[in-house]
Amino acid sequence: MDALQFLTWVRGPGLDIAVGIFVLGVLWRLIEIYTLGRKPDLAEARHAAGASGWHTVFRRSLPPPGMMKRSPVSYIGGYIFHVGLAIIVFLFAPHILLITNLTGLSWPGLPSQFVDLVTVVTMAAMIVVLVDRINKPAKRFLSTFEDWFTWAVTFLPVLTGWMAVQHLLLPYTLMLAIHILTVEILLIVLPFTKLFHAFTLIGSRWYNGRVNGQRGVPV
Amino acid sequence: MSASLEKGIHALKEVIDAPIASYFNSCVHCGLCAEACLFYLETGDPKYTPIHKLEPLRRVYEQEYTLLGRLKKWTGLSKPVTDDELDQWQELVYDSCTMCGRCSLVCPVGNDIVYMVRKLREGMAVSGHVPDGIKGAAKRTVEIGGPMGLKWPAVANVIKKAEEATGLTIPVDQAGADYLVLLSSMEIVNFPEYLEALAKIFNKAGITFTLASDAFEATNAGIQIGNSDLARVIVSRIVDAAERLKVNNVLSPECGHAYMAVRWEGPNLIGRPYSFKVVHVLELLDELRQKGVLKVKDKFKEKLILHDPCQIVRRGGVLNAPEPLVQMVAENYIPVADKQMWNWCCGGGGGASAIHTEEAEALRAKAFGIKKRQIEDAGVKTMVTFCANCRIVMEEAIDHYEMDTQLLGLTELLAEHLED
Repeated sequence: MDALQFLTWVRGPGLDIAVGIFVLGVLWRLIEIYTLGRKPDLAEARHAAGASGWHTVFRRSLPPPGMMKRSPVSYIGGYIFHVGLAIIVFLFAPHILLITNLTGLSWPGLPSQFVDLVTVVTMAAMIVVLVDRINKPAKRFLSTFEDWFTWAVTFLPVLTGWMAVQHLLLPYTLMLAIHILTVEILLIVLPFTKLFHAFTLIGSRWYNGRVNGQRGVPV
Repeated sequence: MSASLEKGIHALKEVIDAPIASYFNSCVHCGLCAEACLFYLETGDPKYTPIHKLEPLRRVYEQEYTLLGRLKKWTGLSKPVTDDELDQWQELVYDSCTMCGRCSLVCPVGNDIVYMVRKLREGMAVSGHVPDGIKGAAKRTVEIGGPMGLKWPAVANVIKKAEEATGLTIPVDQAGADYLVLLSSMEIVNFPEYLEALAKIFNKAGITFTLASDAFEATNAGIQIGNSDLARVIVSRIVDAAERLKVNNVLSPECGHAYMAVRWEGPNLIGRPYSFKVVHVLELLDELRQKGVLKVKDKFKEKLILHDPCQIVRRGGVLNAPEPLVQMVAENYIPVADKQMWNWCCGGGGGASAIHTEEAEALRAKAFGIKKRQIEDAGVKTMVTFCANCRIVMEEAIDHYEMDTQLLGLTELLAEHLED
C-alpha cells in the first residue's frame, strides 16, 4: 500500500468505520448511563435564585471562588486547550469542508495562519497540563493508563494535522493520511474513555444543580 | 465472597442511579476536588482526594452497569471489590470525609461527589465496614433513643430546670401546637440553655409549641452511618409524633446533620411527602427578626466571626438567615473570606466526631488547621456557630491547640441579648 492508497482508505472505509463506531458508541453509552434513572425527591423544595440544573450547567464553566488561585494551570491551561481544540476542529476551512461533505452544513472559517497559531498555542497548553498532571500530587495520584493514553490520543491529531499543513517530517500525502487515522482513533476511543465527558458533562452539571437546587443552594 | 460483602455489593448496586453513572463518566481526574477538601489541604496526602474515596463504588458501577466493564470483569481484567479493600476504604469514607460537600461545589464537570459518598456509605454500612464509634452511636439511637444513650427522664429534667429558670411552662405532648420542638442529645447534655432560649422567644412571639416525649431526639445516626433502613426507623419517630400531635411545623435544632436528616432525607426515607413543614430554628428566628418580634436590648461587644455549619448552610440551604441574626446581636461581626456556602467544615461532621481512634482524632486536629487560621487571621477570641456538633468538635480542637477562643451558640447568644 502506498501513501495514496493509505489516504484513500482512511478517507473512505476507515472514516466510515470510525464514524460508525463513534455514533453507535455515543448512543449506546448515553442509553447505558441515562436509562438508569433516578428517584424523585419527595422533600418540599426551597426555591432560590440561581439554584437549578441549567444554572449549574453554565455557572460551572467559570472557576468557583478561590479556585483559580489554587490551581491556575488547570483553569488557564484547560480553557486554552479546550477553546483551541474547538477552533481547530470547527473553524479550520478544510475541516468545515469535510463536515459540509458529510452533512451539507457549512459556515465560514478562520484564516489558515490564525488557525496555525491557535494550533501551536493549543499544543503548548496540552503539554503544560500534562506536566501539571505529573507535578501536582493529587493529579499524579489519580492518574491511570487511561489518562496518559487519552492525552496522547487527543494530542496526536493536533500534532499530525499541524505537521501536515507545515509539510514537516513526512511527505504531505502520508502525513495527511496519518492525521486522518489519528482522528479516527480518537473517534473510536472517545465514547469508551474519560473523553466521554464531552457528552456527560452537561448531564452531570445538571443533576448536581438540580439536586442542590431542590434545597435552594445555587451550586 | 462473605455474606456481608455480598449484601454490601448488592446495596451499592441498588444505590447506583443515572446521576452517579453520569458523574463517574465525567470525571477527568483533574484533582480539583482535592483543592476543596480540608483533609487533603491540611495533610497534603493525595489519598484524601475526594473522588478517590469513591473508588469501590466506581468499580461496582463499571463492572455491573457498563458493557466494557462487564467484559473486563468477565475476562478477569478488572478485579471484584473485596472485603479487604472496603476495610482499607473505611478511613477514607468515614474518618476523612465529613460529608461537608465542598468538593461538589468545585468539580468542573459538575460531579456531586458528596452525593456519591452518602451512597457509598450504604454499602459500607451493610457490609460492616464502619468505625466502631459510629456503629455504637447508631445502635444507641435505635435501642435507647439517642446517640448518647439519653432517655426521656434526662430530657424531663432539663425541661424542669428550664421552666424554673424562665418561669415559663414548657408543654409536652400537647396536640395542635404550631411547632414540635426537637433537640439534639448534645444540646440536652452540654447546652441546656438552648431550651430556655427557645421558651423565651416563643413566649415573646406568641407561638405555641410542644415537645414529644417519644420523639425529642433530632439527630439521626442512621444517616451518618449511611444505613437508610436505620435512618428510616429513626426519622419515623419524629414523623409519627408530628402527625399524632397534628403540629404545623417541626422545629429542627441548631444541629447540622439532624436538619439534613429530618428536612431533606426524611420524606425520601419514608417514601412520601410530610403533612407538616420542617423549619430550622434559624429560619424561624430570622422570620421573627424580619417581623420585628425579635429585638435585642444590647449587643455583644467583642469581635467575633461566624462558622457556618455545612449541613445547614451549604448542604441544607439555610443560606441567608444566619448572617443578619449575627449582625443584629453582634457589634463587631467580622465576615470571613470563605463564608456561607463556601465555609470550611469544623472537621468532625458526618459522624466523624464519633470516631475516637487515635488516628481519627489526630486527623481531626490537623484538619482544624484551616479553621484555626480563619480565627487567627480575623484576630478574634469569639466564634459563633449553630450546630452542637461543630461546637464540640471545635472546642476539642481549641483545647488541643491551647487557643484562647470561646465558642457560642447563635440561638443562645440571641436569647441572652433579647429585649425582655
